[in-house]
Amino acid sequence: MSTTDRDLAQVEGDPIADPGLPAHLPRATDVDEAASRRAERQVAMLFGLSSVFTVLFIVAYFAFGVGDDLDTFLGFGASNLFLGLTLGMALLLIGVGTIHWARKLMADHEIVEYRHAAASTPEDREETVGILQTGLEESQIGRRPLIRNSLLGAVGLLVAPAGVLLWDLGPTPGNKLNTTVWREGMRVVQDISGTPIRPEDMEVGQLVNGEPEIFFNDVGDEEQIEGHELLVEKAKAAVVIVRMDPADVTPWPGREDWGVDGILCYSKICTHVGCPISLWEQTTHDLLCPCHQSTFDLADNGKVVFGPAARHLPQLPLAVDDEGYLIARSDFTEAVGPSFWERDNDEPGPE
Amino acid sequence: MRLTQKLRRRPSRPGRSDAGVARRISDRLSSRRRSRFAAPAVLMLGLLLAGGAYAVANAALVPGTAQASTTDEDLVAQGRALFLVGCSSCHGKNAEGIPTNKDNNYGPSLVGVGAASVDFQVGTGRMPMSNPGTQAQRKPPVYDDQEIEALAAYVASLGPGPAVPDSEQYSTEGLDNESVVRGGEFFRTNCTACHNFAGAGGALPRGRYAPKLTGVSNKHIYEALLTGPQQMPVFSDAVLTPEDKRDIIAYINYTNEMPDQGGFSLGRLGPVTEGLAAWLIGIGSLVGFAVWIGTASTRTTKKQKKEAAS
Amino acid sequence: MSAETSSAGVAPSNGRSAAKAGKPSRVGAAATWADDRLGLAGVAKKNLRKVFPDHWSFMLGEIALWSFVVLLLSGVFLTFWYRPSMAEVIYEGSYSPLRGLHMSEAMASTIHISFDVRGGLLMRQVHHWAAMVFVASMMVHLLRVYFTGAFRKPRELNWVIGCLLLLLGTLEGFTGYSLPDDLLSGTGIRAADGFMKSIPIVGTYASFLLFGGEFPGDSIIPRLYTVHVLLIPGILVALIAAHMLLLVYHKHTQWPGPGRTEQNVVGYPMLPVYAAKAGGFFFVVFGVLTLMGGLIGINPVWRYGPYNPAEVTAGSQPDWYMGWPDGLLRLMPGWETHVFGTTWSWNVFFPIIVMPGLMFTILLMLPFIESWITGDKRDHHLLQRPRNAPTRTAVMVALMTFYGLSWAAGGNDIIAIRMGLSINQITYFLRGAVFIGPIIAFIITRRWCLSLQRADNERLLHGYESGVIMRDPQGGYSEKHLPLPEAKAYTLTARDRDLVLSAPTGSDGNGVASPTARKDRLRARLSRLWMADNIQKPTRAELEEARHHAEHEHAHEAALSGHPADGHQFDGRDEATGHGHQLSGH
Repeated sequence: MSTTDRDLAQVEGDPIADPGLPAHLPRATDVDEAASRRAERQVAMLFGLSSVFTVLFIVAYFAFGVGDDLDTFLGFGASNLFLGLTLGMALLLIGVGTIHWARKLMADHEIVEYRHAAASTPEDREETVGILQTGLEESQIGRRPLIRNSLLGAVGLLVAPAGVLLWDLGPTPGNKLNTTVWREGMRVVQDISGTPIRPEDMEVGQLVNGEPEIFFNDVGDEEQIEGHELLVEKAKAAVVIVRMDPADVTPWPGREDWGVDGILCYSKICTHVGCPISLWEQTTHDLLCPCHQSTFDLADNGKVVFGPAARHLPQLPLAVDDEGYLIARSDFTEAVGPSFWERDNDEPGPE
Repeated sequence: MRLTQKLRRRPSRPGRSDAGVARRISDRLSSRRRSRFAAPAVLMLGLLLAGGAYAVANAALVPGTAQASTTDEDLVAQGRALFLVGCSSCHGKNAEGIPTNKDNNYGPSLVGVGAASVDFQVGTGRMPMSNPGTQAQRKPPVYDDQEIEALAAYVASLGPGPAVPDSEQYSTEGLDNESVVRGGEFFRTNCTACHNFAGAGGALPRGRYAPKLTGVSNKHIYEALLTGPQQMPVFSDAVLTPEDKRDIIAYINYTNEMPDQGGFSLGRLGPVTEGLAAWLIGIGSLVGFAVWIGTASTRTTKKQKKEAAS
Repeated sequence: MSAETSSAGVAPSNGRSAAKAGKPSRVGAAATWADDRLGLAGVAKKNLRKVFPDHWSFMLGEIALWSFVVLLLSGVFLTFWYRPSMAEVIYEGSYSPLRGLHMSEAMASTIHISFDVRGGLLMRQVHHWAAMVFVASMMVHLLRVYFTGAFRKPRELNWVIGCLLLLLGTLEGFTGYSLPDDLLSGTGIRAADGFMKSIPIVGTYASFLLFGGEFPGDSIIPRLYTVHVLLIPGILVALIAAHMLLLVYHKHTQWPGPGRTEQNVVGYPMLPVYAAKAGGFFFVVFGVLTLMGGLIGINPVWRYGPYNPAEVTAGSQPDWYMGWPDGLLRLMPGWETHVFGTTWSWNVFFPIIVMPGLMFTILLMLPFIESWITGDKRDHHLLQRPRNAPTRTAVMVALMTFYGLSWAAGGNDIIAIRMGLSINQITYFLRGAVFIGPIIAFIITRRWCLSLQRADNERLLHGYESGVIMRDPQGGYSEKHLPLPEAKAYTLTARDRDLVLSAPTGSDGNGVASPTARKDRLRARLSRLWMADNIQKPTRAELEEARHHAEHEHAHEAALSGHPADGHQFDGRDEATGHGHQLSGH
């Protein structure tokens, strides 16, 4: 690839000569005194209007109530609407006025400025390189590799303290992601109200958003979970309980007795990235995640039937206690929620 | 016309003193729970569920064993007549449903769906379906109130099912702010996943959707919760008590009537419409201004002509 | 044509002599006072009359700059009330439907700003709109720079800085979106936790460290806050400063035209015209964003309610700039590999971690890839029309198509309910379309550009269509073509010829194989693909030939019709151009 060819192509390739900058044409405001006075008035009017809006902004600030004394206007919050409208117009008019001024009245002769090369002059460059080399030679860093290497090693090692210092940002995962507060005998209660559920309370086609009872009451010796711990545990333990016609349900081997008369309980936490799912269609038994549309068939062990999730929804085995309320028979038999690298995968399934 | 109005809220706010103490809603709730057998069978429904209580779910009460009055019988007869004309082509002559050979229903059996179901489906115009589709759509009802009542009476006579709730069940009159707050909690847990945070509706698999909740009457919301129309799950009274349902309705009403404090709501569909607005209105108008700034203002040849003349 | 002749041809500015100090004024006194201490007169002298060319598309970056300033102003206001704390409080403010509920201090203070601070909701909404417009305008600016070739030497580093700004702006937006701790932002953080956990080997630890334990913990909001108000804005300010210093150093690019060459820059001086326009534009941007904040509601956190890990809303989406990776997440099939008791979540890791990184790297590399392929190492200060770099334009349109389709996938549920479609069908369609769409877009765009180039040449050689219909003696009709005005013709030809790199011979004169032969061959092949199809501008000889032909035709027509009509009688140009230079033909 030769550069001379290229240059040649550039030189011979200008078929039409540059006619040069066109002659400057004046604007109406340059030649017509009346027009320029009109433009002046327009600009001043825009600035004046802006001041009016600023005053109105102050008025609106004090005139319209917020909070307990909310004023409304046409169904909107009056304070926000008028503050925005007046401040916005005040700002906009200053801008429009200034630009109008620049376009109509400020001198509009175009100016030609010559470019310079981005690079420095060769002399400057040479000199700088020389200085750099002198500096390096005087430091003797090239001649004494022992110093150079030990310094590089020492500075490189400083990455370690920086990393170590961040270690206390949080605890290590441990086994936390594999367990939830569900355990044998824990009642399944309705979220928000905390009421326990009897199988006969649920109709076919019913959906209940459930939580473990420990989120609402003390259970045995264990105290009710509150505060941050509640959020952390809820993020793993939330469930949906649904009732289907037992004839429609096809449990995997070993799961035949996980439900009670067609009542099944599944983790509410999507196995994709962890959104809580409760869009259940009673007609198709499909549970849809509103975040990325993973769809799980609750009649078929929570199997993924559509979308980006890779794993079925974990199922919580159910039983009925002495008082006739739904309880868990154990914790989940696998980790709930999104996948993580250390997750052990004994995929339960038909095979 | 007075365009502005003051919304005075209650000045005193209880509970300031007990800040920090976790108040448990569940405690309050259990003391007020209503017996699930205290059923309402008055008004229009009293007509058909004579003798009146029904049990939620598969309770052992058998309606229809009670003697129906003459008016009831007339109503059922009128309902049956309407049914044969308007509904039987899909649901069968005796509302037993018409199965298709693909194991689906052309129209499902209506035995045991109850009057509430009929009142919801026909009252919101979903039934009769004008043309078969993925989902029955809300439209102006075809039948008038009396005809709906008759249809409901006929379907209710076929088997036990939830009755049309009575107005005191779904009326939100006299509910205080605590109920609205509680209703909001239930709403966000049970409803927003499908119907969206503001009841603007949402998508379901395969072209189905959860409809908007604006402009739906209290009664119809209540009936929808009770009967689980189409793919919507059932929220029976035994688990989500009538009290809870009423609170949910109160919350929906409150937020529907609430002023939009921030301005136009863009359909309350979330970040997608907001992003569109940022591009179309924000970038659109600013690029418009940029074009204005970048174009040269009009030139004139006036001066040249003057010079040429002189 | 050399620099000397062009500068001679150019009116030496519409020229002003250097400003001389007049009689002592108050401005002069203040300037003297400052210069005694700062000595900036030398620098100021050079820069105060710096020239900026005028074109609307040069203002797009300014939208980003000014919305960033609006973000700083409104953001500072918000920090006066916002509390970055996840401590649990009972809300007792004026918004009654949430009164008495437990929520984080962050959420409670956000609602407080919205309802109990006058102008608070306005500032929240202005801040949010400004953030959306900030990222959007950076993106439009990037497209302008790419499509016009303004990224070429010596401006590659400024392209890199711009890309970093886009990346940081996006991260800044995401951290800000997460701060209110409402249901929507909490769902976003929840998903981000899932994204992190999908990273092989270190993912789980990264999540635990960031959240200070298990999701959601009590640390994420204060940590994101520090990143949002200190770390990223600091870097943004530094990079924006560097971006603009380089802009000043390189001087702005300009469109070619009469008198506008590679050696000069023609436009208005900084003082006063450009300063007035840019300053005015700041007020316009601020004004438009404030009007949006006053009129259009955005992110009504009170309707979403406080975050609760067991709740979710339909239409849970990120802000628009995170929409495209979110869309890819939706399109990705559920692939996961299980090896030796470990889980590799390709279904999450690939679309949300790998793809954005890949797209960003491609974006960053575009100038370097192109200059390697074309072998073009010259400085460029004149912009190119997109059509004159057909492959480049097509590459970006293909990338945009991929982006747009992924983006649409991010709103598939909203599209489904608004247009009565099925999310499943949309998803199946888009799964194919993200692969096929960019290819189709590439081919169409490239062909389109080439056709436009041909059309330009056609107009240069044969003139433009005058709309005048001629009838010849045989009764045939033809449209009269008239020559382009000289300025326009010059502008069309003011572009470089493309030169395809030739494949080097495999060995030098002594038969020694070149060590880079393979690389050179690849480069030559790519160079051919990149620009061999381009239509080059006509040479002088071709133009002469066309003119000659036209004159011949003209004479022929004149002989037939009896009078030398050149057509300009009909379009009003006869006054402006001399008859002697007319070339007409068809």
